[in-house]
Amino acid sequence: MNDLNRRYGDASIYSFLDACRLKVGNLLPVFLMLPLFGWSGTSAAQTTAPDQLSGKLVVTGASTLAPLIAEIGKRFESLNPKVRVDVQTGGSSRGVADVRQGLADIGMVSRAMKDDEKDLHAFAVASDGVGILVHKDNPIRALTDEQIIAIYTGKITNWKEVGGKEAAITVVSKAEGRSTLEVFLHYFKLKNTDIKPHVVIGDNEQGIKIVAGNRHAIGYVSIGTAEYNESQGVRITLLPIDGVPASTKSVQNDTFPISRPLHIVTRTAPTGLAKAFIEYAQSKAAYDIIAQQYFVPLAD
Amino acid sequence: MTSSHSNILYRWPTDDLLCWLLRGLAAIAGLVVVFIVVFLIAETLPVLSHVGLERFFTDPSWHPAEGFYNLTPMLWGTLFTMAGSVLIATPLGILSAIFCHYYAPPILTRPYRRLIELLAGIPSVVYGFWGLVVLVPLIGEIHPPGPSLLSGILILTIMILPTIALMADASLANVPQHYLRGAAALGLPRWATIRGVVFPTAKSGLFTGVILETGRAIGETMAILMVCGNVVQTPSSFFDPIRTLTANIALEMSYALGDHRAALFVSGLVLMTMIAALTMAAEWISRGRIYG
Repeated sequence: MNDLNRRYGDASIYSFLDACRLKVGNLLPVFLMLPLFGWSGTSAAQTTAPDQLSGKLVVTGASTLAPLIAEIGKRFESLNPKVRVDVQTGGSSRGVADVRQGLADIGMVSRAMKDDEKDLHAFAVASDGVGILVHKDNPIRALTDEQIIAIYTGKITNWKEVGGKEAAITVVSKAEGRSTLEVFLHYFKLKNTDIKPHVVIGDNEQGIKIVAGNRHAIGYVSIGTAEYNESQGVRITLLPIDGVPASTKSVQNDTFPISRPLHIVTRTAPTGLAKAFIEYAQSKAAYDIIAQQYFVPLAD
Repeated sequence: MTSSHSNILYRWPTDDLLCWLLRGLAAIAGLVVVFIVVFLIAETLPVLSHVGLERFFTDPSWHPAEGFYNLTPMLWGTLFTMAGSVLIATPLGILSAIFCHYYAPPILTRPYRRLIELLAGIPSVVYGFWGLVVLVPLIGEIHPPGPSLLSGILILTIMILPTIALMADASLANVPQHYLRGAAALGLPRWATIRGVVFPTAKSGLFTGVILETGRAIGETMAILMVCGNVVQTPSSFFDPIRTLTANIALEMSYALGDHRAALFVSGLVLMTMIAALTMAAEWISRGRIYG
């Protein structure tokens, strides 16, 4: 019971924040009819006329995916005027739990599916890669994983030690809770307490500005964002990992190691509205939104 | 029935109505603050009850995802940036107002005042962006990494300068002309007039200006977030990156869950307490001597 209360307590705040931030759905119904969502949503999704889609789709889960799904939802709504897509965040685990309990039609999971989640139907919509970047004037063009770990844990503090110029390294890391940080930590098998940063950033753009403005900085950001900035002439260089160049291409063909799939999941094989939405999210029509959000579409 | 009757003998309760209306409006204004405090406390209660308040000041670090909640470095961050910027901006602002009123040639005063007003109108994110792409690399050249307590103080100074400058300007304009003439009649030189007559008269306005700029310095988020580096540590020099309480909330809010999120509300509560303490200190310092 207590758990249930907490869930709703949490959910109300998040849906409120999301309504403000993502502008998906109406603020008032999100706020007032929260307990009804799951049931009304599911039933509406199942009673769909074959020719015209209508009803409400409730999507909950990972905050990484929420802006993307919200954008796709907006376009889906404009194509199907009778459809409403409500996106709420709360983390991948909430996405899984809500779908299992029928509180949401679709869950968002920003990682590979775990073994005990095989009961769910998972659909990949995009991938996300994290690239290491340095300033363009920095002569370093490759670092080993061990060197990166040593730099981030404060064991190497001068570029000279990894074959660069005599200069102190400025380590740029991400704020706690950011998904890029999680992917980075997971790949290098680090804990956030191990990292000794000089600058902590919020979003990717800020990280790129910091690295572009500091010739001795090293940072990591989402590859899509970095690649876009690099193509715009911002003075940054993405470093290869394990000899694999960091690019949306290598994320797409699954050779780049620091990446993860972004999934949406359902409890049963999707039908009607949910099926149409998932198909739309996976279709080429959504690729430009995926690229806009600096994620990597599944294939060309 | 004449109109004087209705006014005096059969007083229609307009006064009462107005009185209740004003009471109601005042209550709303007051309740907003009360509700914010109640909301903050309600949000923080779960984490406060099973983590405990003292751990927010005694934990080894701030890693909420791993269960460490030390806010002290950020409290210092907020205090240092605030103190630094207020210490620089206050004399600058007051002296610029003095210059504007008593020393500047009349042709300069108006454009000068407009300039200061313009400075007040620039959104904070613009200052932050400028700081990030110009100031931070500049400081990085002198002493890496660049984003630092110093850059935070400098940006904040520029941001709160117009607040104190305009408040000082307004309170100097309120000094009665006959005081100044009296001083002139006594043959006091200009600086003596300013020190002996203008400052004591304008004291309350100047004091209010300082309170306002301090409040703004504590509350500023966006610009600080962009230039301070946001590393959670107690700075040992001006070139160390720091994180303020406001930046902490803004940085981690969008992805925080459960206890982490509640811990961010504790940051908010601590900020609120700080501002309350500041207001009370100001009241105590002035103790009716300044207002009134």
